[in-house]
Amino acid sequence: MATGMHADEVQDQAVKPEMEYQVLGTRPIRPDGTDKVTGRALYGADIRLPGMLYGAVLRSPHAHARIIAMDTRRAQVFPGVRAVLTCDDLPEPERKIEGHGEGSVDVQYQSANVLARDKALYQGHAIAAVAATNPHIAKEALALIKVTYEIIPPVLDVRQAMQAEAPLLLENLHTDEMGRIDDHPSNIVSHVRHQRGDLQKGFQEAAVIVEREFTTSTVHQGYIEPQNATALYNPDGQLTIWCSTQGAFGVRDQVADILQIPVSKIKVIPMEIGGGFGGKIGVYLEPLAALLSLKSGHQPVKMTMSYDEVLASTGPTSASYIRVKIGANSEGRITAAEAYLAYAAGAFPGAPIWGGTNVIFGPYGIDNLLIDGYDVVVNKPKTAAYRAPGGTNAAFACETVLDEISEALGMDPLEFRLRNVAKEGDRRADGVPYGRIGFAETLEAARSHPHYAAPLPGSHRGRGVAAGFWTNYGGKSSATASVNPDGTISLVEGSVDIGGTRASIAMQLAETLGLSFTDIRPQVGDTDTVGYTEGTYGSRTTFATGWAAYELGISLRQKLIERAADLWGLDPDQVHYEKGVFTANEQRLTFKQLATKLHDSGSPIMASATVQPGREGPAIGVHIVDVEVDPETGKVQILRYTAIQDAGKAVHPSYVEGQIQGGVAQGVGWALNEEYIYDDQGHLLNASLLDYRLPTCLDLPMIDTLIVEVPNPGHPYGVRGVGEVPIVPPPAAIANAIHQALGVRMSTLPMSPARILEAIWAQNPSTP
Amino acid sequence: MAIKTLVETRLNGEAIEFLCEPRQSLLEVLREVLGLTGAKEGCNNGNCGACNVILDGVLVNSCLVLAVEVQGKNLLTIEGIGGTGGLHPLQEEFLKHAALQCGICTPGFIVSSYALLQQNPHPTEIEVRRWLAGNLCRCTGYDKIVRAVLAAASRIGNVNDMKQLISMGG
Repeated sequence: MATGMHADEVQDQAVKPEMEYQVLGTRPIRPDGTDKVTGRALYGADIRLPGMLYGAVLRSPHAHARIIAMDTRRAQVFPGVRAVLTCDDLPEPERKIEGHGEGSVDVQYQSANVLARDKALYQGHAIAAVAATNPHIAKEALALIKVTYEIIPPVLDVRQAMQAEAPLLLENLHTDEMGRIDDHPSNIVSHVRHQRGDLQKGFQEAAVIVEREFTTSTVHQGYIEPQNATALYNPDGQLTIWCSTQGAFGVRDQVADILQIPVSKIKVIPMEIGGGFGGKIGVYLEPLAALLSLKSGHQPVKMTMSYDEVLASTGPTSASYIRVKIGANSEGRITAAEAYLAYAAGAFPGAPIWGGTNVIFGPYGIDNLLIDGYDVVVNKPKTAAYRAPGGTNAAFACETVLDEISEALGMDPLEFRLRNVAKEGDRRADGVPYGRIGFAETLEAARSHPHYAAPLPGSHRGRGVAAGFWTNYGGKSSATASVNPDGTISLVEGSVDIGGTRASIAMQLAETLGLSFTDIRPQVGDTDTVGYTEGTYGSRTTFATGWAAYELGISLRQKLIERAADLWGLDPDQVHYEKGVFTANEQRLTFKQLATKLHDSGSPIMASATVQPGREGPAIGVHIVDVEVDPETGKVQILRYTAIQDAGKAVHPSYVEGQIQGGVAQGVGWALNEEYIYDDQGHLLNASLLDYRLPTCLDLPMIDTLIVEVPNPGHPYGVRGVGEVPIVPPPAAIANAIHQALGVRMSTLPMSPARILEAIWAQNPSTP
Repeated sequence: MAIKTLVETRLNGEAIEFLCEPRQSLLEVLREVLGLTGAKEGCNNGNCGACNVILDGVLVNSCLVLAVEVQGKNLLTIEGIGGTGGLHPLQEEFLKHAALQCGICTPGFIVSSYALLQQNPHPTEIEVRRWLAGNLCRCTGYDKIVRAVLAAASRIGNVNDMKQLISMGG
């Protein structure tokens, strides 16, 4: 790449696949690794400040109830209690829609989710909070707060909530019916539609038409570290927050909106984060900790959730009802596709129908389609983003119907998908055209993978395949870099590191400057030390913040060339830089040699970069899975799993593999075990990790990965996001494998042992 | 204010004492009283293994042990693994294999794996998976963790076998 070229200009001469990289594609040890294997890394809950108090939250025992009265007097005088907080302490924000990455939120609703005002809308909804000298006293004090509720019947199922006679959650909510606001209040937040071609004509041309209905349960992100926040509200009005978040600036913006104070009054320090998967973008505890600090006389207040609070009150992602109808002709071309998706948003608007409607037919070029999506409130916790939000539910529906069609056509399921695969210039459901995408290459790689041809002997065993699509995201990122006199570079970047991105970002700076990875010392900045950076979500961090690192390299190179020219009394045009060495005529200086001369030759050298790239390029994964079903118990065992994915360019292949393997494991859990189980009054019955049942290492085999690299022309190094798409195919691939093993088609998630047995019994009514 | 109890114990090889309330778990005392935050609180009910420590040679969830129970015992936490001699082979292999993403479960996995290798220096893959089924990781899908433990076992096992051969005069 030419020296000094601006990154925006690289698009037409993107990195060639055969380009030899020095750093990209290697597997260095992450710079924060030692702290994390020795237990020294500091996560949010590890914070201890002098005089620190401990906060706890009182939560609604009812799924739907009006708050009639609250008496906090006994709690306030309980020994050790320093502050009690109710919604009266929270300013009432104006209505204002704010984007927080992978979704937007009305500030009024978010405030009401942080602390209920007049109504509790789900079991676990925050009602009041206490700060005390230790966490046990804080919890004891909660029991002394008397709340009088008027219980209202809850509505839990998305289709029931859509009925006109259903109990209303939000009296001021009117349906946005494709841009027209309905007169009557409703639980339906919005209806979106994507449409093109002639659906009727398409179905008339079909040789095979399959129409099926699907339901999926509420599932949680399941990060191991519960939400936590520590706040210190100084008498000068300056608020500092230490917390576990995917994005410090997002926390700053949300707290500013909810507390109605300027962002300049807030400093957010992102601690190490113990997993997020989309669930740690929105705030829960941060505004409460801030107000408790204020009310307790400016003492620092730490709040941590217990895991039952995590499950009952944060995250999850939407339960859904989906109907899919697809027609294909005898050549295996899809002639028409129709989908109806109703997603439960939880108690406040914001179900990921945008993701669902774009993912459902995303991998395929389809001329005639109609997609309807509905965002619906129900009496469950407000949903948050979860890895490819809305995509997994949608792919489960579409990809099992495609399997059924390919079976009816007598066609190999991967061949069928290849005949319909989307190509450059085809359009996403919402009309956005695809650039250079690796869909066909990934499907081809799956078809020629040894796993696909391997024999699978034994009874009750089956193999399934499915594809998954995700849009990916670019977004805003900032970073700065300073050259140290020992020839290293201190890199400060704004992206929280959840899975090794300090490494993948630093590698791009090292590559750009021709330095080695260990010459870069990356760290994550707080909101006062680095420029605005969106959160680590949307598979954007290695893509966008990595791009900022590339820009830093270009900028530093130019400044250092100018310094070398100064030292040599030459014009900068006469100095060349390659692989860590400056040369001009007979003169030569390594990067390190020049770095030692910086102090004595002029001002310090540093660079800053800000980016907002928009050509992130979508991702595709194709998964192959072998299962064995126990016909006695209904338990499904995963025997072998292979995930093939286009990464554009795998910057650190180990962490790309790790993203794929982790996404697969979450997808397997969603497919087989995980679900929120409620009684009919909306009480969550399995709010513990044991009963919610994340996959353990005994549930999974090794997860084989194959990384396909079709460089993204929208990034200087061809990177495309990798984190989200691997969760999309697993439930469909597993359902297709179960069909091969048993001959039954599963239409409900999770495909738990009981549901498998029901399906077997329905197939052979004489068995039970 | 609850009455506190004086507890004397050995922590990572050193004799220590602390005061705690009877209701405080070992995890709470490690983190909040002794300032050792390597043991993490995930579930606080024995489901996730992020707080695992070794008590008199036995792997336990420190959230399920009352702090007063460690009187007169020998306690090993993540802070006692590696330490002055540099990283333990398990820690090195976790890094080499990229067996951590967010890292919150990592101390628990390393403590559990350490306990495994103490009693079974040559585990098979399925033995590793059975032993570690009490530790939850949401990021990795366990693949790289299992590989890291097997690689560390092979390194430690080879060293031990060599020592044994030498002591046998082999």
